[in-house]
Parts: sequence; C-alpha cells; structure tokens
Amino acid sequence: MDYHFHWRPVFQKLPELLQASLTTLEVAVLSMIIGIILGLLLALARMSPIKPLRWFATCWVELARNTPALFQLFFFGFGLGAFGIHFAPYFIVLFGLSFNNAGYLAENFRGGFQAVPDTQLRAARSLGMTIPQAYIRIIIPQVLRIVYHPMTNQMVWAVLMSSLGMMVGFRELSGETQFFASKTFRIFEYFAVTALIYYAIVKIILGAAKLASIRLFRY
Amino acid sequence: MSNNMSFFSGFQPHDLLFMAEAAGQTLLISVLSISTGTVFGIIFGWMLQSGNWVVRAILGTVLDVFRSVPLLIQLVLFFNFFPIMGWPLEPFAAGTFVLSLYTASLVAQVARGGIEAVGKPMRRAARSLGMSYWQDMRYVVWPIGLRAVFPAWVGVALGVMKDSALVSVLGYVELLRASQILITRTQEPFIILAVAGAFYFVLSYPLSKYSQKLEERWAS
Repeated sequence: MDYHFHWRPVFQKLPELLQASLTTLEVAVLSMIIGIILGLLLALARMSPIKPLRWFATCWVELARNTPALFQLFFFGFGLGAFGIHFAPYFIVLFGLSFNNAGYLAENFRGGFQAVPDTQLRAARSLGMTIPQAYIRIIIPQVLRIVYHPMTNQMVWAVLMSSLGMMVGFRELSGETQFFASKTFRIFEYFAVTALIYYAIVKIILGAAKLASIRLFRY
Repeated sequence: MSNNMSFFSGFQPHDLLFMAEAAGQTLLISVLSISTGTVFGIIFGWMLQSGNWVVRAILGTVLDVFRSVPLLIQLVLFFNFFPIMGWPLEPFAAGTFVLSLYTASLVAQVARGGIEAVGKPMRRAARSLGMSYWQDMRYVVWPIGLRAVFPAWVGVALGVMKDSALVSVLGYVELLRASQILITRTQEPFIILAVAGAFYFVLSYPLSKYSQKLEERWAS
C-alpha cells in the first residue's frame, strides 16, 4: 500500500463541512414539514369520496413510492425545464424531497387514520365536542402515536436522501464534500469524515425523537 | 439555412432500445446485489438473534453504520477505498459490492424480526418433539418467520432496486445514467425522464402491489 492518508486538509475544512451539514438539516427539516402537510392532505384525499381527488392522490403516492428519489430530483431539476420551469439547486432538492416525503407519509397517515375506530369520533361528538375539537383532542393524538415511529424513520431518510443534492449541484454536506474533495483529490478522507458526520446527525435525530416521544406519550 | 441546423438530434426509436438495455443493467445489478445481500443478511440476522453479546454488539454497530450513512457516500467511499488497498474495482463490481452490503444491513433487521416473530413456546415445543436445532430452524422457524416478514423483505428489495440508480455516480450506465446521456444529446429532458420513470414504475409497482396483497391475505 503506497497511499498516504492526508487528514489535515479535511480538518482545515471542518468548519465549512459543519456549516454545510446545517444546510442539510435545514433542507431535510423543511422538506419534512412540507411533506407532513402534503402527506396529511394526500391521506385525506385518498379516503375522500370525490373520485378525481382520490385518483390524483393515488397517482402522487404511487409515483413517489415506485420511482427512485434521484429520479424525482432529476425530474424537478431537468424534466420541468422542458416547460421553461427552472429551479435553483436548493429548491430542486427541497421540492424533490418534499414530493417523496409526502408520498411515503401519506400511506403512513392513511394507515394511522384507519387504525383509529370510527366509534372514537362518534363518542367524542356525543360528549358534545365539535368536529375540530374531536379531531384535535381525540383522533390526532391517537394517530400521532401510530405514525410517530414511521415519521422518525422518514426524517432519517430525508437526511440521507438530501445527499443526492450532490448530483444536482446543491452544496449541502455531500455537495460541499464533493467540491472540496475534487479540489484536493483527498476523496477518501473527505468522504470518510462526511460519513461520520452523517452518522452523528442520524444518531442525534433518533435520540431527540426518543426523548420527545417520552415527553409526548406520557399517558 | 442556419435556422435548420442543430447540434442536437431528437429522441428516436432506437434510443428506446438503448434505454431498455440500460433498464436491463439496472435489473442485473439489482438482482445480483439483492440476492447476495439477502443471503448475507439472513446469516447476519441469525447472528444478531442468537449470537453472544460480543457478536451482537460488533455486528449490530457495523450494520447500523451502513443504514445510517447515505448510500451515495458509501459508494464514493468504497470506490475510492479499493484502489488504496491495491485492488481497483470497476464501477459495476464496486457498485454491486456496496449495494450488497447495504442490502445485507437492511435484510439483517428483517431476518432478525422474522426469527423473533416465532414464539419461544413454539420453538421449545419443536425441540421437545425431538427436533435438532437445525431441524427446528428449517421446519418451524423458516416457514413461520418467512410469512411474517416476506412483505418487509419485498419492501427492502424494491428499495434497493430504486437505490441502484445511485451507482450512476461511479459511471456505471444504468437506466438513470442512460437517460442523462440521452438528455445531453437530445435536449428533451421531459420525455426521456418520463420514459425512465415508466421503466422504474413497471419494475417496482407490480411487485409492491403483489406483496401488499400477500400481506392482506396473510393478516386475515
């Protein structure tokens, strides 16, 4: 083995890499928030009696679940270019991840809603609650308990998928690593450190989710 | 005259053939990695379930790393690591290697779940009927555990098939890479990506529906 590892250039760029991992987190969290809102709407649309609505939601969910995430990013990046729609790399990743998250979360939410019996809503209504009250106080807390674990997983997936930003020229953690690595040719060293950072981010998210679940599900 | 001249040529029928071939490459690397990864994943899952605490701690941590680091990073890392060790690998070999490891790390979880799905009393009963450990594994744990986790395994397999698109980062020409090449030539991104998406959809959708059906049938 006549290769010499040089870690110094990587450590010199560590502040930039950590800065970039904040970008990664930012885009992952934002895509998760958008994904949760859209996922809820899609789940409701898939259960609605209006046919076109159901059809649209089914198309979205099946496309998001049955094509690669990278393909979805390319579609937002280059595919829509055919119609003269061009996004900055940041928005390509954000929209691509949100589209993907929404599709996966919609299925989780639908399962969650179906797991709560109808009688819960009727019982709440007969106690004098209005429909929003019944949903906020009775249904949603139960659904949240069921979808909490899948949602945590999806958040981890969002962080891992955001690494695809590298392929569309977005300078999040992976893109930044690629940029520095190609400048110094210390590809292995850079990506090894980046892998460690990703591992740490994932562990922090899982730990935080665990702590939050203790606080959320006390009763 | 200059108005009619173009550096780009449109999407032609034989391009479809090129994409179908590339879809074959996607299928090839997927099948290879999924089968290798599944075999190792089952072995790892069994070790996680029945090994002593040293094995469980070490193997568990290593597999956890493979699940917690983006596949893209793993691919670049290993592709650049092999030449350092003195055996440079081609993109296809390196991609298959990383995808197999990644599959194994996911399948290990599934396999462990499958073994645990078979209750202790059932296994004690099997042993007290005079079955050996391996007979118990083969005739009791395997059929029952397989049923419990087969849909989860299909989910993992389809996920790996879709993730095989990332091997394009190493320069392996699979479906998505082929569409990029065509886009560069034809400048017709929408139609080409639509075709690529359709290929993926056709590969993935029927299997996912099938496993959903199985899950519903076995649940009742």
